[in-house]
Amino acid sequence: MNPASITSFDLLLAAPEIFLLTAACVILLADLFIDDARRQVTFVLSLIALAGTAWVTARTGVDARTVGWHGTYVADPVGSLLKVVAYGAVAVAFLYSYGYLQKRGILKGEFFVLGLFALLGIMVLISANSLVTLYLGVELLALSLYAMVAFNRESGTAAEAAIKYFVLGSIASGCLLYGMSIVYGVTGTLELGKVSEAVLALGPNQIGLLFGLAFIIVGVSFKFGAVPFHMWVPDVYHGAPTAVTLFLSSAPKLASFALAYRLLAEGLAGLADGWQDMLIVVSVLSMAIGNVVAIAQTNLKRMLAYSTISHVGFILLGILAGTSQGYESALYYTIAYVIMSVGGFGMIILLSRAGFEADSLEDFKGLNARSPWFAAVMLMLMFSMAGVPPFIGFWAKLAVIQAVLGVSLLWLAVAAVVFSVIGAYYYLRVVKLMYFDEPVERRALEGSGALRFVLSVNGLAVLVLGMFPGLLLAVCAAVIP
Amino acid sequence: MQADWPILSVLVWLPIAVGVLLLLAGDRNSATARWLSLAGSVATFVVTLVLWRDFDTTTSAMQFVEREPWIGAFNAWYYLGVDGISMPLIVLTAFITPLVVIAGWTLIEKRPAQYFAAFLILEGLMIGVFAALDAMLFYVLWEAMLIPMFVIIGVWGGPRRVYATVKFFLYTFLGSVLMLVALIYLYLQGGSYSIADLQAMPLSLTEQTLIFVAFLLAFAVKVPMWPVHTWLPDAHVEAPTGGSVILAAIMLKMGGYGFLRFSLPIAPDASRELDWLIIGLSLIAVVYIGFVALVQQDMKKLIAYSSIAHMGFVTLGAFAAFEIFRRTGEIRGAAMGLDGAMVQMVSHGLVSGALFLCIGVLYDRMHSRQIADYGGVINTMPVFGAFMVLFAMANAGLPGTSGFVGEFLVILASFRANFWYAFLAAVTLILGAAYTLWLVKRVIFGPVGNDRVAQLQDLNGREVFVLGVLAVAVLLLGVWPAPLLDVMRPTVEHLVQQMMVTKL
Repeated sequence: MNPASITSFDLLLAAPEIFLLTAACVILLADLFIDDARRQVTFVLSLIALAGTAWVTARTGVDARTVGWHGTYVADPVGSLLKVVAYGAVAVAFLYSYGYLQKRGILKGEFFVLGLFALLGIMVLISANSLVTLYLGVELLALSLYAMVAFNRESGTAAEAAIKYFVLGSIASGCLLYGMSIVYGVTGTLELGKVSEAVLALGPNQIGLLFGLAFIIVGVSFKFGAVPFHMWVPDVYHGAPTAVTLFLSSAPKLASFALAYRLLAEGLAGLADGWQDMLIVVSVLSMAIGNVVAIAQTNLKRMLAYSTISHVGFILLGILAGTSQGYESALYYTIAYVIMSVGGFGMIILLSRAGFEADSLEDFKGLNARSPWFAAVMLMLMFSMAGVPPFIGFWAKLAVIQAVLGVSLLWLAVAAVVFSVIGAYYYLRVVKLMYFDEPVERRALEGSGALRFVLSVNGLAVLVLGMFPGLLLAVCAAVIP
Repeated sequence: MQADWPILSVLVWLPIAVGVLLLLAGDRNSATARWLSLAGSVATFVVTLVLWRDFDTTTSAMQFVEREPWIGAFNAWYYLGVDGISMPLIVLTAFITPLVVIAGWTLIEKRPAQYFAAFLILEGLMIGVFAALDAMLFYVLWEAMLIPMFVIIGVWGGPRRVYATVKFFLYTFLGSVLMLVALIYLYLQGGSYSIADLQAMPLSLTEQTLIFVAFLLAFAVKVPMWPVHTWLPDAHVEAPTGGSVILAAIMLKMGGYGFLRFSLPIAPDASRELDWLIIGLSLIAVVYIGFVALVQQDMKKLIAYSSIAHMGFVTLGAFAAFEIFRRTGEIRGAAMGLDGAMVQMVSHGLVSGALFLCIGVLYDRMHSRQIADYGGVINTMPVFGAFMVLFAMANAGLPGTSGFVGEFLVILASFRANFWYAFLAAVTLILGAAYTLWLVKRVIFGPVGNDRVAQLQDLNGREVFVLGVLAVAVLLLGVWPAPLLDVMRPTVEHLVQQMMVTKL
């Protein structure tokens, strides 16, 4: 591509990414001149950068699918929605993390800069219209996350988790790249729109394409953390500092959805029969193993990791339906999951203090006696994750099951609801610990006013969006063509 | 007749609002919490009296209808209304809740505000379940109801409360999720969640059968029917008195209500084809569970099993209608079984609630539910003894009490259906009398059993009031059931017509 051929139209289209990249670089430089005592400046600058990116996105948003940068970049409503939710998720993650990092003496500017670069990767991925752009986004996101997991240098478990994540992540990236190269070899193009046309012309039984598809599914499943490519999830969630786990389980899940959507729904729609069958296996295994193994966990971070795996099974259920209703439901589920998940890890952060991680289930014992309000917040989060109305998680499950029934996969819908009942057990156990047991320690909760406020809003969002789910559902339906 | 103010919304949201207020107020001032919850629940009851007064008994149409858009993407509406089936159950709910609040007045020392809040929120959700005319709204409230009950049993229950409450939750949750799948299926076929639309929708027999089975799981667990009843004795034994009362008096009715509102009109052909199954399960519940009740050592467990047996009459009455219609071709005759089922539901709500309150009275004094720990209670607690004997008689179906009306109607209806149904059902009147009266004999009568019984204090004013109100209701319904029957007649006849018209 000749640099001279980049037009101002292209620049405008990618303005959010360009803005965020510039802002992240500026913050990285500015952070050099800020000493540890005034690290909140970096934090505030990062939030301003996020707000600015959101503003730029709102100003340059498109009403319809627009392709630029010689076919490598796409801006469309679904991308804009995913990006805006990602900004929100990253901002909330930063808000939750600030006090946590400070108490542990690891409040470094790099945390925020890495977070912003991860977000940039997510945005590139969301707007990718070519296999190469897609891969660039995946790698930028992954490299930032590897570094974030290892952020606490003193912690052996964090280092172990980071190495594990890095090695397995590299293998998955390799698989993804290999699959993409085969697709490129067969179709002769990198641009997703043209790939789609070429696949339709070749027909669904092209063995080379199916071979490449299998590798792509492996890569996508790994990034989602779906069974059988889930081995990294519990260890990384457990080993990473809770602030990073919170980050990991929020915006990157939106990226995984975007990856699946761009690759499968837009690029390889012609192979829908092929990837539907593969995803059915992955999805059912994820719901089964995620929910069953979560029961055996005593560590809340590990439990939420397995719970994530089961939620991923549900998201894949929506995607595999292969209809626009299915993508809508998967998108809605992903957003709902992000809201619930940041709340769950936010609760762990709230209960933790310097030198103490409240990540064991036991630490939630008798929370109702210590703080009725935050026990209620956790109760709402847990019932929401279990899919009990009137919380947002219920509507997410409902939408997905409706999509699956819409393509006449009755058995899959029944399996999904049965697994959600099995899953309810371990969420109930958390409620049991908080409400039915007496507290082990009675000291009042620490945590700054800001943390408490954000967490309260987060809990109420789960309830209010559950009582009035229409708006978010309508938005999801409007952005998917 | 449309009220000029949203009476049903008030009934749903007033108790919930008071409950939230209680939660916000916290446990520091328990006296305020008590009075606030009493005011909230009594106000709700007063509003149901207005509902009853303005209710038009000449029509089967939905009344007090409210309909607002809710979720555009699913075409789900905030759609409320009542007919002759749901109205009595709403009044029952609002009648029982203040009694539960009064019964727990000073007994609840642990987090009283949360206790009363849970009951008030539960009340609003239960009224919503009975009033919902949109299947999605119904489902949301139906499931949401589990949360406060889960907390009530788990926080204020007995020693094995955790086991009992988790079992209760998972059992009912498993039953309901399959109903959800069925509802989504119906929505995808017809594009509407309105219950009236679902009832009017043509469906093949295979579809109806699958839907019927999915509904059956949800409602059978709730009723509960044999063999999915095992959560109930555990839940009842471990729940605090108030929880047991609500569970027996209202939550079990939701199963019966579900059959009448969903299973029968939405899948009438499948219901007709499978009526033998429900009747068989009901008779097993009535006979076998009756025998099980006979051998219980724990008073609460005994009443729990008796509840299962009595709820068997409800499902028997509802499904005997098909056989009656097949034999006689009379709508009125078939309606008798449903009349009996409805009366039995209301009556059982009053009687079982009262019996659990009686056991609560004893338990508060002795901290034992074992029958063997009592004996000769009448010597020290004569007033209590009189109440207990009255409610036991009602439970056994003595004429003059509400228990008689429902059971008599159901047995009469089953006679028209099949002699053997009636024979088996009638046998259990003897069984019912046996286990209830034997319980009374061992607990109330005879010489004073031990020193602790000798020191028992008789009822205080608060307890006399609660049991007295229930006693009046039981007797009133027993000697003069006409108002209740009049209220539901048009609706029940309409329901029978829906059941007898094939949807194929």
